[in-house]
Amino acid sequence: MDSQTVKPMLVSLSNAYWKSGDGISDQFPVGLRVLVVDDDTTCLKILDSMLKKCGYEVTQKSDAESALDLLRKNKNGYDIVISDVHMPDMDGFKLLEHIGHEMDLPVIMMSADDSKDVVLKGVNHGACDYLIKPISIEALMNIWQHVVRKRKQELKEKDFEGSGISEDGEQQQKSPENFDYSSSANEANYKNLKKRKDEEDEEERDDTSTLKKPRVVWSTDLHQQFVNAVHQLGIEKAVPKKILELMNVPGLTRENVASHLQKFRLYLKRASQHQSGHNNAFMGPQEASFGPISSINGLNLHALTTTGQIPAQSLAIFQAAALGRPTTTSVPIVDQRNIFSFGTPKLTSGDDQQQPNNNIEQMNLFHRIPSSMEPKQLATLNPFAQSSGGMNMQVDSPAQMGQPQRMTQVFHDINGGSHVSCLASSVGQPNLLQVIPSGVHGPSYSSVSQPSTPPGDSFTLMSNSGLSTLTSKGMLQEEVNSEMKGSRGFVSNYVVCGGLGNSPNTIQLVNSSLADNALRIKNERLADMDFQNNPFPGQFSEEDLISALLKQPEDFGLVENEFNFDGYHPNNLPL
Amino acid sequence: MEIVGQLQKQYVDFINSLFREGYLDDQYVQLQKLQDDSNPEFVVEVVSIFFEDSEKLLNDLASSIQQQVVDFKKVDGYVHQFKGSSSSVGAQRVKNACVAFRNFCEEKNLDGCSRFLNLVKQEFYLVKNKLETLLRLEQQILQAGGTVPLIE
Repeated sequence: MDSQTVKPMLVSLSNAYWKSGDGISDQFPVGLRVLVVDDDTTCLKILDSMLKKCGYEVTQKSDAESALDLLRKNKNGYDIVISDVHMPDMDGFKLLEHIGHEMDLPVIMMSADDSKDVVLKGVNHGACDYLIKPISIEALMNIWQHVVRKRKQELKEKDFEGSGISEDGEQQQKSPENFDYSSSANEANYKNLKKRKDEEDEEERDDTSTLKKPRVVWSTDLHQQFVNAVHQLGIEKAVPKKILELMNVPGLTRENVASHLQKFRLYLKRASQHQSGHNNAFMGPQEASFGPISSINGLNLHALTTTGQIPAQSLAIFQAAALGRPTTTSVPIVDQRNIFSFGTPKLTSGDDQQQPNNNIEQMNLFHRIPSSMEPKQLATLNPFAQSSGGMNMQVDSPAQMGQPQRMTQVFHDINGGSHVSCLASSVGQPNLLQVIPSGVHGPSYSSVSQPSTPPGDSFTLMSNSGLSTLTSKGMLQEEVNSEMKGSRGFVSNYVVCGGLGNSPNTIQLVNSSLADNALRIKNERLADMDFQNNPFPGQFSEEDLISALLKQPEDFGLVENEFNFDGYHPNNLPL
Repeated sequence: MEIVGQLQKQYVDFINSLFREGYLDDQYVQLQKLQDDSNPEFVVEVVSIFFEDSEKLLNDLASSIQQQVVDFKKVDGYVHQFKGSSSSVGAQRVKNACVAFRNFCEEKNLDGCSRFLNLVKQEFYLVKNKLETLLRLEQQILQAGGTVPLIE
């Protein structure tokens, strides 16, 4: 083990490195200075030994008071605290709070008690992790991550505090990461931590101090509230203070709102930039040419359309894929288009470029809608679950959208007036819609504002928020969250909200199907498509759209069972 | 060294039976892994602390239950602590008894608590006995010049 001479060096090394916040020494996390607090001598001894085996520097305290005392005298003497929950002189949670307020060190709680409410309490009081006894050495090996994370967080807060661009996205990312790394592998812990972040627990207000601000998680609901408030005030007049008042969320600060608003505005701006460039796409659906399409969900439609490269066949295929029916069928393009928009598998590379097609226009429409980021347009599509500027899905018919209007209306109808459509935003990401391949993990998004974004991965029909909204099932939430993690910018993804009546499972199927399909279609010649030369009828009825959306076979005369995603077979694609 | 071989076999058989019968669980193995050259007596030390603390704890438990007015929260606190320490050394049956014991505390079931206090005590002394035997065997092996086989 470390000799006496080595230790001080490590300590100072670690101090230097860790203080800097990003420098990780070669020996990191060796020398991490841990303070262990537990009234049980047996556990204390075991922990001491385990921590030392991990290469950490350990200080033991058997009661909370003396631990706090030690920390106060030695503010920078420790990197992380591990404390038991049940202690005779002071509740572990109280200690946790004190440390959080006074020293802002990461604190890990531990207990033999694994009941969810206790774990949740730990989370609510600001614990960065919760370990269940008996603690294994593996659980302790990774505690250094909490130190690093906290440092990074602090740095970012300092940097961005003024500009108000808080790292909401990061925060979201942190959540899943945290659990990936944490070897505590405590499911209850995970769920509780996640729950806490999502719920904007009131107790966060208690934690808010000048020293440390709890990170705000812009959950679907919260974002929706935000969007509502903004719309109520009018986007021009929406100021953080008023928005905050309207939202009336305890624990939310003006700064949180300000930074979120900034992102939202940015999002809108980019959306409108795209919008202006794509106006033609929206209009005159009957035209064979179509305007540039913003990339959607990995589909670089924008690029493709501008170059007139999106092959009708592709579109058809996608649509077919979405529909689960062979593209060679004589299914009217209309249908396919509708479907296409929803579950467009990525139009992959420009390899597939083929003649532009009216279908694409339709596609554009769909895509555009979300990507345009115009609140009105989007509003019709779906309430944006999160971040992304809350495209409030109100049914406003965008003046310029003839087709979209119809679509949106369809959506609206489908939703029965609710905002269900499938715009789901990733948690914390300024995405309008996120179609995430459930089966495919990857950068499943394309950002409207980044036309150069390569056709991402296949779509998945899914939007966490959307689905959640629709089905009130957070089923895909986690999945989406993890997917969202990787997304950047604005994603104009569609989520096929099969939510209206469809079970989430269906959607999932769709997702994976589409994902698979998309991959398959990726580089295949679409020349076989029949509708390749079909004009853009633009005549699909709302029912068709609805059917397409919902893939409810009954209503859709054109679409048969293939719309049933369950029955979707990639093989059907005539590729 | 025949004697060492014999002792080692005895040791292995014995510790396996302890695992099999649930007296010890994997946490004990973790403790053994923590023992190394820089910490050669680790297991003995930890186990000794455990025995000592537990005796005291059991006494406190007993007296808390014998009160005129039983403070079940306090009782539960002790049991919880015992659960923690026993699980940390791998004393599985003791831990399980504690878990059940806590249910009675929650229900404020005095009769149940009394019964389980006895059960917990019983399990504790059982495992104490077994561990002492085990550690003695280890000592014998070491004294005979052998090494203690590590069971995974």
